[in-house]
Amino acid sequence: MALLQTLILRVITTAVTLLGVAVIVFFVIRVVPGNPIAMMLPPGATAEDIANLTAIYGLDKSIPQQFFIWGTGVLGGDFGTSITLKQPVLELVLGRLPATLELSVLALVMAIVIGGAAALTGTRLRETRVEGGIDVAQGMALSVPDFLWGLVLILVFGVLVPVFQISGRVTPSLQLPFVSDFYLVESLLRLRFDLSLDLLSHMLLPALALAIPLAAIIGQLLKQSLKETMHLDYVTLARTQGYSEAKVIWSQALPNAILPTLTLVGVQFTFLIGGTVIIERLFSYEGLGNMAIDAVINRDLPLIQGIVILFAVIFTGVNLLVDLTYAALNPRLRHG
Amino acid sequence: MAEGRFQVRRRAGVRLWLSAAWLIVLVIVALFAPYLAPKDPLEQDLFAGRLPPFWMQGADAAFLLGTDSLGRDVLSRIIFGTRIALTVAVISASLTCLVGAALGLLAGFYRGWVDVVVSRFIDIWMAFPPVLFSILLIAVIGPGLFSIILAIVVIDWTRFARVIRAEAMTQSAMDYVASARVAGRGRFGILLREILPNVLPIIVVLLTLEMGIAVIVEAILSFVNLSISTDDPTWGGMISEGRTSIHQAWWVLVFPLITLFLTVLSFSQLGEGLKNRFDPVLR
Amino acid sequence: MSFLSVRNLSARVKGGGPLLRDVSLDVAVGEVRGLVGESGAGKSMIGKAVLGILPKAVEITSGQIMLDGVDLLALPPAQRRIKVGATCALIPQDPLTALNPSRRIGVQITDRLVDILGWTRQRAEERALALLGEVQITEPTRVLRQYPHELSGGMRQRILIASAFAAEPKLIVADEPTTALDVTVQKQILKLIAALQVRHGTALLFVTHDLGVVSKVCQKLSVLYAGKVVEDSAVADFFRAPKHPYSAALLAATPKYTDPLAGLQPVPEAVIAAVRAEVAHG
Ligand SMILES: Nc1ncnc2c1ncn2[C@@H]1O[C@H](COP(=O)(O)OP(=O)(O)OP(=O)(O)O)[C@@H](O)[C@H]1O
Ligand SMILES: [Mg+2]
Repeated sequence: MALLQTLILRVITTAVTLLGVAVIVFFVIRVVPGNPIAMMLPPGATAEDIANLTAIYGLDKSIPQQFFIWGTGVLGGDFGTSITLKQPVLELVLGRLPATLELSVLALVMAIVIGGAAALTGTRLRETRVEGGIDVAQGMALSVPDFLWGLVLILVFGVLVPVFQISGRVTPSLQLPFVSDFYLVESLLRLRFDLSLDLLSHMLLPALALAIPLAAIIGQLLKQSLKETMHLDYVTLARTQGYSEAKVIWSQALPNAILPTLTLVGVQFTFLIGGTVIIERLFSYEGLGNMAIDAVINRDLPLIQGIVILFAVIFTGVNLLVDLTYAALNPRLRHG
Repeated sequence: MAEGRFQVRRRAGVRLWLSAAWLIVLVIVALFAPYLAPKDPLEQDLFAGRLPPFWMQGADAAFLLGTDSLGRDVLSRIIFGTRIALTVAVISASLTCLVGAALGLLAGFYRGWVDVVVSRFIDIWMAFPPVLFSILLIAVIGPGLFSIILAIVVIDWTRFARVIRAEAMTQSAMDYVASARVAGRGRFGILLREILPNVLPIIVVLLTLEMGIAVIVEAILSFVNLSISTDDPTWGGMISEGRTSIHQAWWVLVFPLITLFLTVLSFSQLGEGLKNRFDPVLR
Repeated sequence: MSFLSVRNLSARVKGGGPLLRDVSLDVAVGEVRGLVGESGAGKSMIGKAVLGILPKAVEITSGQIMLDGVDLLALPPAQRRIKVGATCALIPQDPLTALNPSRRIGVQITDRLVDILGWTRQRAEERALALLGEVQITEPTRVLRQYPHELSGGMRQRILIASAFAAEPKLIVADEPTTALDVTVQKQILKLIAALQVRHGTALLFVTHDLGVVSKVCQKLSVLYAGKVVEDSAVADFFRAPKHPYSAALLAATPKYTDPLAGLQPVPEAVIAAVRAEVAHG
């Protein structure tokens, strides 16, 4: 009952937040000096041509009027038409979203694996040099943002030891049999592991750049909660029952220590997705973020709006999901 | 046990001092850039394009760290880039701090509708991808030093507001605030004289961290060619150029990258170090 | 023959002072030995040393812990763990923190039977069910599916007792198993432990502050003071004529065994000073 109430309240605040985002982008980008229509027409275009096209895109109306038209469209699933690419915004955005999702999820998985391994190792070898080393490495990983890690990775694994691709999503000359835009998922489903390998060799460095700071955050917090848990009586009891230290950490301490980390991972995952914007640019990866930057540079108003809204939906959605998972996983919350 | 703790503390101290030292060096370099730079950072020499750094074959000793594709001296550009980086860091972080801390304090101390409004705005801001937001803002207000500073303030005030709001709420609930009120202090007096001094350490830590973030934001904006202008020497601009010629002239990317890396790391380590100093649990 | 035999065990805080000084005590098969002494005397440390769960900061400097004829301290850690896990069990002090909050009661009893002792899951589950009956839990099937926070402190301690007896251990260490409980529940739990101990013939090392409990449950008694065993007697002898002045004082400080009207007498300062001097020399 309490759970349902929280849920409804969260959905309402999420809706308010999304509305706020929509209003802000909409008005901010319309303060842009210069007519985007004039920019896209060839230099010889007459004032009449410009006025005509402006009317077609509805840019001649007042801003509140435009917002109303756009808003009703969005509620009906119509995000307008891209000015530069001349295709429906929804189609364009949904075409790029899978690339960004695959990259983000891969990065998240890497962060969890690396951070989790660091935390478990640090706990197992606590109060040794190894733990000290892990702490220092994590401190550094945390201090430097994904953008810089991306550049470092490009230098090290792209130039110094060129083992991975540093540009694009897939080798352009390859024949792609895909029907969806989830290339990696589809290549795995079709058992075309040659393609999966090519995709992964393109995704690995950008994903790692995104994963490094998050891995450090996960590692730090998880190790801290693990170490706190290791002093608790039920852990001691498990030791007397013959469980090895590693097993005690894994099956007694970890399930209880993981909850605070999980909440944090949710918020941090949205930061990671936000980071894809610049990382995709850096690695020329054809995802949503890269498209967003192009849209801003080209003043493609409908496209910018669509992308920002989509990002906001993802962010708030992830947060909502984390809250619900947290409630579902915590037996004490679940039973009142 | 005690020994180990001491060692960790001392190592943390070393890191703190190294960071501070690097930042002091940067300040000196920024102040005396015209005297320290061997060349004019804007001077192009198409005959001396992509010269390697001094220890490599084909280098010209006059260009210690080599030249970019237009024949501009990498070292001099890094030195002059320090000015822009530090200006952005100090001014934008201070302004961000001012706005964010003020809103956070008001929301956390007065609660009520102020808090509702501020919290709602924080929620909305958290739903924006910050990099995209900053690029968008620069596109709207046009490139330039002022625009970058404005963009950082507009986007990052929530970093301060979030933390300081929570802290102000905790502090307001403490006994000393109640006794100050009993003693007849006004609300605003309590906020300034009692709460503010107690959240000041956190503000200082956040301010230090924000300077590192500001340096990165400036570099990112330069990287997408939206910063100052493409001619002015900025670390991000150099990195952007270096990224495109990475296979022909790695040094154009590497040296500004190292500088940027160390600077961001230093601000961050300094902030973390200060946090540990201030944190009574760790003291 | 003694199942547990601690011989001349000394331990200290790493880089600090001694915690246990030359401690020797035996627990015979099926016997109950009480371990009393004031707070901080090192009672729990002895239990922890036997079970191999000493805090990291504490190290054993000399002595032996013979379990079933094998010196635990000479075994490699992995073997020691399994040896202890298979033959010993702990009834902890605080039932509120000794159960894992995120796991159901059932698996907390059965897992170690399956994982460590190699039982089949079905046999372990039947065993858990039977034991919950033995510790007088009604509706055991439902309890097995519940989480710790759904149960009262007394219930949880019953479950921990059931879990301790689950693998038919030869020795159980009970470290003040009732102090964290309501006074009304304490008695029931004590009775339960005593009854199960008799029925299963388990040796018991019983750490307590309460001489009343000792007189009811234990056959042997060790009195600990500042990490040193100052008396080792049969319980009957102890109550008739304590050998050591500190024991005598301790006995005098327990109201039930002196004139009730005399009320509570603290251990006299002079006795404590004398014992201190003795411990420091010995
Ligand atoms: N983790 C530890 N590190 C260092 N010293 C410890 C640690 N735990 C306990 N001690 C010390 O060991 C001594 C013996 O502690 P122990 O827990 O065995 O006492 P006890 O006789 O069980 O007391 P109580 O009746 O209060 O349970 C105490 O003086 C205590 O300060
Ligand atoms: Mg104890």
